[in-house]
Amino acid sequence: MAFVLFDGFAYGMLLFMLSVGLSVTLGMMNFVNLAHCAFAMLGGYSAVMLVNHYGWPFLATLPAAFLAAAVASVVFERLLYRRLYRAGELDQVLLTIGLAFMSVGVATFFFTSEQQPILTPSYLRGSFDVMGVTLGAYRLFLIAVGLAVAVLLALTIEYTRFGAQVRAAVDNQRMARGLGINVDGVFAVTFALGSGLAGLGGALAVDRVGLDPHFAFAYLVYVLIVVSVGGLGSIGGSFAAAVLLGISDSAGKYYVPEVGSFLIYLVMVVMLMWRPQGLFGRR
Amino acid sequence: MHRLLAGLGSLLVALAATAAGAQETVKIGIISSYSGQFADTATQIDNGIKLYMKQKGDTVAGKKIELIRKDTGGIAPDVATRLAQELITRDNVDILAGFALSPNAIAVSKVSRDAKKFMVIMNAATTVIITMSPYSIRTSVTLPSIGLTAGSWAHKSGVRKAYTMVADFAPGKDAEAAFHAAFKQAGGEIVGSVRMAVANPDFSAYVQRAKDLNPESIFIFVPGGAQPAAIGKAFAERGIDAKKVKIISTGEVVDEASLKGMGDAGLGIISVWHYDYNLDSKLNKEFVAAFNAEFKRNPDFFAVGGYDGMHAIYEALKKTGGKTDADALVNAAKGLKWESPRGPMQIDPETRDIVQTIYIRKVEKVGSELRNVVFDKVENVKDPGSAGKK
Repeated sequence: MAFVLFDGFAYGMLLFMLSVGLSVTLGMMNFVNLAHCAFAMLGGYSAVMLVNHYGWPFLATLPAAFLAAAVASVVFERLLYRRLYRAGELDQVLLTIGLAFMSVGVATFFFTSEQQPILTPSYLRGSFDVMGVTLGAYRLFLIAVGLAVAVLLALTIEYTRFGAQVRAAVDNQRMARGLGINVDGVFAVTFALGSGLAGLGGALAVDRVGLDPHFAFAYLVYVLIVVSVGGLGSIGGSFAAAVLLGISDSAGKYYVPEVGSFLIYLVMVVMLMWRPQGLFGRR
Repeated sequence: MHRLLAGLGSLLVALAATAAGAQETVKIGIISSYSGQFADTATQIDNGIKLYMKQKGDTVAGKKIELIRKDTGGIAPDVATRLAQELITRDNVDILAGFALSPNAIAVSKVSRDAKKFMVIMNAATTVIITMSPYSIRTSVTLPSIGLTAGSWAHKSGVRKAYTMVADFAPGKDAEAAFHAAFKQAGGEIVGSVRMAVANPDFSAYVQRAKDLNPESIFIFVPGGAQPAAIGKAFAERGIDAKKVKIISTGEVVDEASLKGMGDAGLGIISVWHYDYNLDSKLNKEFVAAFNAEFKRNPDFFAVGGYDGMHAIYEALKKTGGKTDADALVNAAKGLKWESPRGPMQIDPETRDIVQTIYIRKVEKVGSELRNVVFDKVENVKDPGSAGKK
């Protein structure tokens, strides 16, 4: 039982890091970014390249993955996304899904279609026994990083000047502009932050789920489930939804493997019927 | 307007007729998953095909070989059917080949049967495929032949209680059924089994279930890609030691990329499979060197499937003198025997399925690298399913 909670929680942390950025951009900026996982993939490839070809220590590649995805996303935001902030959802979906497809092609061109293995340091492998429960080292690490990210994000949004600006811009864009807040700038930084977190999540995911050019799509479904169950724009919601889905996935596989990974979809359906706006969604 | 259309129509018919009359080429339609989740499988099959044609030339029995590649984009039987129909009616292909994935191969088998086209299955490993068209042959492997070999070998090696974990789709069920049958027949006991969702990134809970039952051995099958390394790590993480519990797997689980991803967690895993780039034979060493020179990576069992598939096509065409009707080609292919980089192999004259040597390997550290080291083998393994049913 304890192990189901622990494993599920760790898996949930991975889902949380992959999806919180999308929740932020979708909820705050009303922008449907289906290329979100392409930024995660960029983070993944950055980490793999730095570890395998340049001999960086794994931990040092994590901030690098964050930066790579954040910088790339700013370029895309300034050049392309910005033009579609006021466009319809269909236009946004078409643009971003097109970018996701292009990212698959570009990744295949540069890195081939091969799986990219990453060798994590020995202290992140294997497991410990704590009071009869076997805890995987990498999972402990995922939980630590996930919690740290969640706390930092919550504090930033709640207690910093930048956080206040973001909240203001989301609640009432015109009023915020009227008060002299640089809404465009706030959005650009928010977007970079969200994509950077995706990059970090991508780098952390490689050890768990592998990495190939298909990554941009393979985990998009899970990410969208987390975002919709959690509620758009809610960091706490994404966190709760990711944990819920991670634990129910783990429990489902352990107790009722016949249902297999279908359980995650069942949980989504039930949650959305109960709260169509998501756990902590406002709309 | 009608007359114009009619005129255009007859012009097209005339053009098609000239094209057919001037046939000095043999057209091969390759249907494979060049994009999407299984893109790398298709790429490696294709590399095998390319290398064979580079080594043996693109002319056989006086005819030039022309390839037309079509992408199914993943598991898409309906798309594969349409592509096969287009290849036959529009491009006039003589032979259908490729087939990374079983569902697509099953769909195209019906087209091959109805349109009477020779079909070479270079990968798809579900047993029944071969029975669905009288014109198909297979140059890869079937899971029952692996499961059977693994089951009887496990018992021979002293295992009496085994657990099985397979991916929940046709090849997985094939592997499970064959392992269970062989292991029980030898006198072993299956203490439990689980079928795991195909699209599944986290194996920890499944592995814990297996561990709870404390089996002496665990048999695993998951498709290639991201899953093998993930399941290997789950074993290490849940504290299952390959030195105490015999982990027996198919070849995907311990392929080159997944061993790199697993690291030392992979040590001691036993696998039952037909090909690995480390196989110790002169022919294989030459094959691996040529493959590396061309594509800067090692071949895998997908690549050797494509390579041997092309060999079967070339040899069959030589025997028919370049004739491409399906009956002639399939009869020529039946009973073909040759020495492949994987060892001696044959197309079964009865079932048209593959007959080959299955190797038992163990992951060991050679220098700084993890490798599958062969320590036993079973020769002339046939697929039990198709051998029984024909």
